[in-house]
Amino acid sequence: MLCDQCRERDAVVHLTQIVGQSVAQVHLCERCAAERGIETTVSEPKHPLGDFLQAVQQQASQLPGDLPRCAYCGTSLQEFRASGRLGCAHCYAAFDQSLRELLRRVHGATRHVGWRPTAPAAEGSSALGELDRVSRVEALREELARAVAAEAFESAAALRDQIRALE
Amino acid sequence: MTLDLSLLPDGGLQWLAPAGEHAAIVLSSRIRLARNLAGFAFPPRAREGERLRVLQAVRQVVPGLEGLRDGVLVRVDECTAAERLLLHERHLVSRELAGLDAAPGAAPGAPTGAPTAGAVVVTGDVGLMVNEEDHLRLQVFRSGFDLEGALRYAERLDRGLGTAIPYASHPEFGFLTSCPTNTGTGLRASVLIHLPGLVLTQEIGKVLQGLQHMGLTHRGLYGEGSEVLGNLFQISNQTTLGRAEGELVDQLARVVRRVIEREEEARRVLCREAGYIIEDKLWRAYGTLRHARSLSGEEAMQLLSGVRLAASLQLVTGLGVYTLNKLLIFSQTAHLMHAAGRPLTESEASVARARYVRSVLAAEAKITD
Repeated sequence: MLCDQCRERDAVVHLTQIVGQSVAQVHLCERCAAERGIETTVSEPKHPLGDFLQAVQQQASQLPGDLPRCAYCGTSLQEFRASGRLGCAHCYAAFDQSLRELLRRVHGATRHVGWRPTAPAAEGSSALGELDRVSRVEALREELARAVAAEAFESAAALRDQIRALE
Repeated sequence: MTLDLSLLPDGGLQWLAPAGEHAAIVLSSRIRLARNLAGFAFPPRAREGERLRVLQAVRQVVPGLEGLRDGVLVRVDECTAAERLLLHERHLVSRELAGLDAAPGAAPGAPTGAPTAGAVVVTGDVGLMVNEEDHLRLQVFRSGFDLEGALRYAERLDRGLGTAIPYASHPEFGFLTSCPTNTGTGLRASVLIHLPGLVLTQEIGKVLQGLQHMGLTHRGLYGEGSEVLGNLFQISNQTTLGRAEGELVDQLARVVRRVIEREEEARRVLCREAGYIIEDKLWRAYGTLRHARSLSGEEAMQLLSGVRLAASLQLVTGLGVYTLNKLLIFSQTAHLMHAAGRPLTESEASVARARYVRSVLAAEAKITD
């Protein structure tokens, strides 16, 4: 049997997952299992991402009904769980609670210490000038489209105001 | 796009010249900072238009930035597969940005390719990757053991970049990254270290285990997921949040210093306990490299490790660290293909590798028995 994830190697880990009401069988090779943080007897040294994904998985299975979704880029907690990648800066707010817990597990902390981002240049004096403004409007428009698609009307209204201000 | 390597300042390989501390054991030190631009989805989620605009923004600000203005921007997504592999062999481009792996979920054997608008700005000691997993991956390379120097320089470049193009950040979490394992400082500090003594004395397992306890991790020559070849290890920090950049680097440097001591001790033990066996083994490695007519990549790496050890023990004299570093990089497959000007089959590459190694050793090594 081939691994469900990579479809390359033989599946050696067979899992029964219960998500909400449904039961799913997952067959994974050792490497993919290790990537998801599922320990096998011969797995490689554990990567913090493994712990972290496992934690996301646990959290997600506790959530009833719809999983949270980032209103800006549309990434769902489920997709994040599958890929281990956040979609945009706003995902950090959308998944705040889960993330906080995960960051604590992975890093042992949630508060950044160290270099601070440089304060952005005041509007209009930006080093990027006109192109920056145009890019931003375009980026905001894309975000707006996503917000509308996700029916996040509050965010959409805020985005529309930002676009107007820039134009 | 044809990649003209002669245009890259020092080929992006300034670190090959041994300059730093402990250059015979630590080949290079590297600081990597993961950064994203405010207002754009992270690259894996971004649409093509967004990725192109990120690249456009970088293209626009780089000429005004000290340390980067002389850099050459290479559109990785417009390079051939061989050129992308070559940039990866130089550690300037990650596997992901070089498109060496099939996209997740793609059928096995599906064509691979670099992500749209993937690029790298190369100077002699800096590689700035664009549209990798994060919008920006700034890498500073230093020869030998010089993490502090690399960090100081990375900080200056980062300030310049962050002022010109505002970064995505969070008041509590710091710099935001696509993968939460990089959140906070976005810092990965690492050394590429040669540990044949610890491998031969079988002490290495304990040392690597110790690293884990200290919150550090190790990888192979090509970073994440790569196997250890030629006794070359990359040791790096694992966590990025909750401690300042300087502190993370200090801790890594302290541990690396201890690893260097243990490696030196292991080498002394080997010479004392098994001097003639080691000497014989190392001369055999040299002899094979000097005369072989075909060398696989793996064999070359193993033998070069032996010769590097022999040179540092001064069993073999007249072979500089620079020559060894150069052999390590230029005997890799994509580099051989580039020199040959055409694609090579595996066996052709082995023949070309042996010829290249022989010619370098004949020309540059002044070996005396």
